[in-house]
Amino acid sequence: MFLIMMMGVVLVLLGYAIGFALDPEAGFVGVILALIIYFVMMIVAFSQGKSIMLRMSNAREVKKEDYPQLYNIVEEMRLSAGMPAMPKVYVIDDPSPNAFAAGMNPNKSVVAVTTGLLKIMNRDELQGVIAHEISHIINRDIRYMTLATIMVGTVAILSQLFFRSMLFGGMRGRSSSSSNKKGNPVMMIVALLFAILAPIAIRLLYFSVSRKREYLADASAARLTRYPEGLASALEKISGSTHDMQVADKSMAPMYIANPLKPKGQRLRNLSSTHPPLNERIRILRGMGKNSSYAGYQQAYKSVTGASKGVIPESSVKNV
Amino acid sequence: MDLTTIIILVVLIILVFSLISMYNRLVKLRNQVKNAWAQIDVQLKRRYDLIPNLIETVKGYMKHERETLEAVTKMRAQAMEASGVEDKAKAEGRLSAALGQFKIAVEAYPDLKANKNFLALQEELTSTENKISFARQNYNDQVLFFNNKTEMFPSNIIAGMFGFKKEAFFEIEDPAERVVPKVSF
Repeated sequence: MFLIMMMGVVLVLLGYAIGFALDPEAGFVGVILALIIYFVMMIVAFSQGKSIMLRMSNAREVKKEDYPQLYNIVEEMRLSAGMPAMPKVYVIDDPSPNAFAAGMNPNKSVVAVTTGLLKIMNRDELQGVIAHEISHIINRDIRYMTLATIMVGTVAILSQLFFRSMLFGGMRGRSSSSSNKKGNPVMMIVALLFAILAPIAIRLLYFSVSRKREYLADASAARLTRYPEGLASALEKISGSTHDMQVADKSMAPMYIANPLKPKGQRLRNLSSTHPPLNERIRILRGMGKNSSYAGYQQAYKSVTGASKGVIPESSVKNV
Repeated sequence: MDLTTIIILVVLIILVFSLISMYNRLVKLRNQVKNAWAQIDVQLKRRYDLIPNLIETVKGYMKHERETLEAVTKMRAQAMEASGVEDKAKAEGRLSAALGQFKIAVEAYPDLKANKNFLALQEELTSTENKISFARQNYNDQVLFFNNKTEMFPSNIIAGMFGFKKEAFFEIEDPAERVVPKVSF
């Protein structure tokens, strides 16, 4: 939650800096512009997000008769999570093993898996993967990550708008210099810096949020199945797969079980990835032993990563 | 109106509202327990429906396992008759144990495991049993929340006044879970 708020702060600051640079009295106009772009995108995402995602990934809905085991496993996890309604089950024809969840509302959610995943996973492993996806739904990660993705998008649009207005507005300002307060040079440079740095900063925050939610979904999956080894072994198979996801878009990455786009650079991979490294996720799950509760995950996380602070919010650890 | 009357009125209003909300909370929790039970019930019925099909499919193959099959049929009938959470739990535990014996017996019939119809039924049975145990966990969680509310102060006063009684946990004593089956080679 803190990170999401930080992202909001970056967005508002950028809006203010741009507004201020163009006209010292109009800082708030930039903020309003930023918020308008944000809300328009949010309305589209909340009303259309699920269907856009399904169409982009070429997923088709399946019935129990087509994939009885997959359907059964989804229902098992629904019961374990105490979800009110059965998610729709979708299958994507893609040899790369992956899965994702969609739907802002646990009552109208979707779980999609690739045919590649169904081919290589046994029952326990498939259960682990589905549990991870169901966890994204019940932990409301889809909502969180949509809000976050839109913030990244809004910042990108704002920066672009600003660069363009610099190119064109700058010239226009000189030819018809009606007012002298426009184009304060110091503020211009500050805003320019901001327009360059804000998209980077917000992306780093975004990746950090995404990775946290992945750990949490792993922990919830262990709790739902009471068998962390299932997911661990599934992740191992996924990491050994050489297929790249054919129809993957980076804005959808946080909803997949493993990053569908394998990052090319090695050095910055940990900072600029939507998912924690697979081998680390596997080691944490295997470190849980017989304790498949949140507390078990927290402890395993600390011992594997050497972090003193846990990754699961303390309130959830105590509750269950 | 002087200040004391206002204070007394405000305190009364707060009191009444908190009583109402405590009552509503108890009703909500009890409904969640009922709903969780309904989820288990659906799966238990599903298992009753699957067993005759399963027996019918395997009968031709497992000629030497009449006792095992009869035990399953008998336990199913007993479980269907049982009523009340605790009796049901005991009968279901015995049915699970009988099915456990059956699954061990199946291992000796390789051609059965090549039968498509049987494999589909086996997947259904496994899944139904998983669903029972996941739904049971959820039910027990809901019962725990509800029972805590009926026992803890101050909601226990409301619970006593309106007759909210503690609900029973659904504990299946599955002998197979505790005793490791003896397999001799």
